[in-house]
Amino acid sequence: MSKIITSKWSRRDILKAGAASGIVAGMPMFYMKNAFAANYLNDPGSAAAVTFGFNVPQTGAYADEGADELRAYKLAVKHLNGEGDGGMIHTLKPMSLKGNGVLGKKVKYVTGDTQTKSDAARASAKRMIEKDGVTMVTGGSSSGVAIATQSLCQEAGVIFMAGLTHSNDTTGKDKRRNGFRHFFNAYMSAAALAPVLKKNYGTDRKAYHLTADYTWGWTQEASMVAFTEAIGWKTVATVKTPVGAGDFSQFITPILNSGADTLILNHYGKDMINSLTQAVQFGLRDKQVNGKDFVIIVPLYSRLMAQGAGDNIKGIFGSTNWHWSLPDAGTKAFVKSFGAEYGLPPSQAAQTCYVQTLLYADASERAGTFMPSEVIKQLEGFKFDGAGNGPTEYRAADHQCFKDVLVVKGKEKPSSQFDLLEIVEVTPRAKVEYKPDNKFFAGGKLGPANNGV
Amino acid sequence: MENGSATKDFITLLVFAVAILTMPIWMAPIGANYPDLLQRFAIYGIFAIGFNLLFGLTGYLSFGHAAFLGVGSYTAVWSFKLLSMNILPALLFSVLFTGLLAAVIGFVSLRRSGIYFAILTLAIAQMSYNLAYSVLTPITNGETGLQLRNYDVRIIDNLFGKVATEGIPSTNLFGITMSGYSGFYFSAVVLILCFWISLRIFRSPFGITLRGIKSNQKRMGYTGFNTRPYLLAVFIISGMYAGLAGGLLAVTDPLAGAERMEWTASGEVVLMTILGGLGTLSGPMIGAVVIKYFENIFSSIGDQRLLEIFSWAPDGLQHALAYVVSPFVGNGWQLTLGLLFVVIIIFLPGGLVSGFKRIFTKLKPIAKGVAKKEAKKEGADTGEAGT
Repeated sequence: MSKIITSKWSRRDILKAGAASGIVAGMPMFYMKNAFAANYLNDPGSAAAVTFGFNVPQTGAYADEGADELRAYKLAVKHLNGEGDGGMIHTLKPMSLKGNGVLGKKVKYVTGDTQTKSDAARASAKRMIEKDGVTMVTGGSSSGVAIATQSLCQEAGVIFMAGLTHSNDTTGKDKRRNGFRHFFNAYMSAAALAPVLKKNYGTDRKAYHLTADYTWGWTQEASMVAFTEAIGWKTVATVKTPVGAGDFSQFITPILNSGADTLILNHYGKDMINSLTQAVQFGLRDKQVNGKDFVIIVPLYSRLMAQGAGDNIKGIFGSTNWHWSLPDAGTKAFVKSFGAEYGLPPSQAAQTCYVQTLLYADASERAGTFMPSEVIKQLEGFKFDGAGNGPTEYRAADHQCFKDVLVVKGKEKPSSQFDLLEIVEVTPRAKVEYKPDNKFFAGGKLGPANNGV
Repeated sequence: MENGSATKDFITLLVFAVAILTMPIWMAPIGANYPDLLQRFAIYGIFAIGFNLLFGLTGYLSFGHAAFLGVGSYTAVWSFKLLSMNILPALLFSVLFTGLLAAVIGFVSLRRSGIYFAILTLAIAQMSYNLAYSVLTPITNGETGLQLRNYDVRIIDNLFGKVATEGIPSTNLFGITMSGYSGFYFSAVVLILCFWISLRIFRSPFGITLRGIKSNQKRMGYTGFNTRPYLLAVFIISGMYAGLAGGLLAVTDPLAGAERMEWTASGEVVLMTILGGLGTLSGPMIGAVVIKYFENIFSSIGDQRLLEIFSWAPDGLQHALAYVVSPFVGNGWQLTLGLLFVVIIIFLPGGLVSGFKRIFTKLKPIAKGVAKKEAKKEGADTGEAGT
């Protein structure tokens, strides 16, 4: 084959032309840079509104939780803007919000679908930060996603208020200065559950773990293994299962012959509904092993999951961050306005997201600015009450909220389709508290605050 | 068939370069001029252009190209963790490593053609995805995704004592951070280079051989051609393009997740190429832009925004319109994309590029003076659609 094409454009010509067009095209970059000459990224300045970004899973294994989180966020925005009955704004103490938006600005919001995937979550958070100009991103329902979004917000220079994320790593080795978590974590769950399990099931149990194969599952499994072994239980096996597997039968059959008498399901969302339902269908709960009734434990419970799993959850122990049947004023106010708006009680995911939004707004109001470094100063070490969990503190050392933890059990005789969990014990904060350098949390550093400029 | 003259080629390249580099300006009216999306346009453009080299030229449909994208990302992130936050070694290793992997996968799968080839590549890619998700968790960090940490070793950076800053350093090109617009311009320059290489391949004897394989591989064999080395070569090149794209994804956002390798991601690049125009030079780029635009902008239009859009209409009509349109935006963006895809396949089998070409040919006699130049460009662009 001979050479077909001869070019009269030398390589040098092409490079020259390329460089020239590069310079021309680069111009707008410098103009746009000027728009960022504020003190911090996405400064609303004198604009009449401030925008928050609500990044929740609308598809995937955690979509139910995501839908409820979004309901809570919309309600929070209403209350911040002085619409509706105000909800927790009246019960949260201390509280500097007046129901006229934040710092006199109306609150607007944008939403995004994380698809329960880190990649998609980061793309959608980036859109919010770069295009919609949000000062704060919030959301979650998967710790993998929450951790990915948190580090993105740290790099970009906006605040991340974590929604439902239960992994120890979120405020452990992946903690960041710009990120805050109100929700409790796997360590707290295990610490609260262990005494109750000891009381009900004794000290001689053989546990088999099925674990969602990502950061949350890993840390919850590690915490549960540590605390159950401390009360004398033995761990037979720990098996990792993929998230969103749908069919867990291949993981459940080996349990029957493993000699285990306890199954600990480190699953959440639709995964937990599926694995629990299948475990019950396989007859695990009717079995007798080692002369004991076979029992199942779901360390992290939510009412939405209980609803999905139906009768199968009766009598099963777990822990939860909050439940709508609590008697305090904050819970009552929130359940009332949520019920009036949507006709159903809020889930624990909804509560944590709602509270996070109010806490951020309140901190900005007190700081007098949305500048991340100033808002962080207001949130670090902030003590408050009236949000449904009793007295709560945002610990400055790791940005984790410390409060009481609920141990719950699936109700034997539910009175309504929402009344599925009964509170067995309210474990006081002191029992679940740990040092910031605890071995389950060590290794991370908050680093410096980032204002994005 | 092949007579794109050098001048025409140069004009094509120039128009392409200007169009890409000025994206921040002309994308503004449709709300797509923010850095993250622009980066995605450029990066997936590279991915699609590389894919088109294989599928467009030889007709071999690889259904597992996302595996290379994922491996490229993982390699780049590991380079950031172990060596340096400078992006050059990261990209170099991404390309080399995926090239190597492509050689192995290509050697196995290219023993078959047609549907069997597609199934083989799909199977291998799904296998890689599941490996990344389970067995290789120590390397890939599974579902959580591979991320940078404060305590990463970064040998080269530490050698030069660049550890003064607190927090995780950002990816950079000798000090220029690779996020925001600088990340886009870097990706854009790489994209233009990739486009130029693709153009050279299209015009080269090598490219013509590949097209020969597409039109009749048997006859190529009868004339004494051993087609396998050519196929393997283009498969490797195409894999390297994907690896480069994956590396760039990690450069602009240092996180690698297994979902990047899922079969849906492989399907996406097939859609991009066909939507834009299979076997054309700029078609895959156009397809990539359209799909990424839908994914990021259409999916974010909620009810609130719809009502704003239809605020010109009287009250009752406003809500009615919003009600009718709402299933097609937000979560329903894939529905719209699907419809668009069906329409294009039925009415414009040549993809969007052939649609533009038709429009320009119609306009040509009417507005000779204005349209002449662009039609010429289109001619150069689609003339090589080939068979």
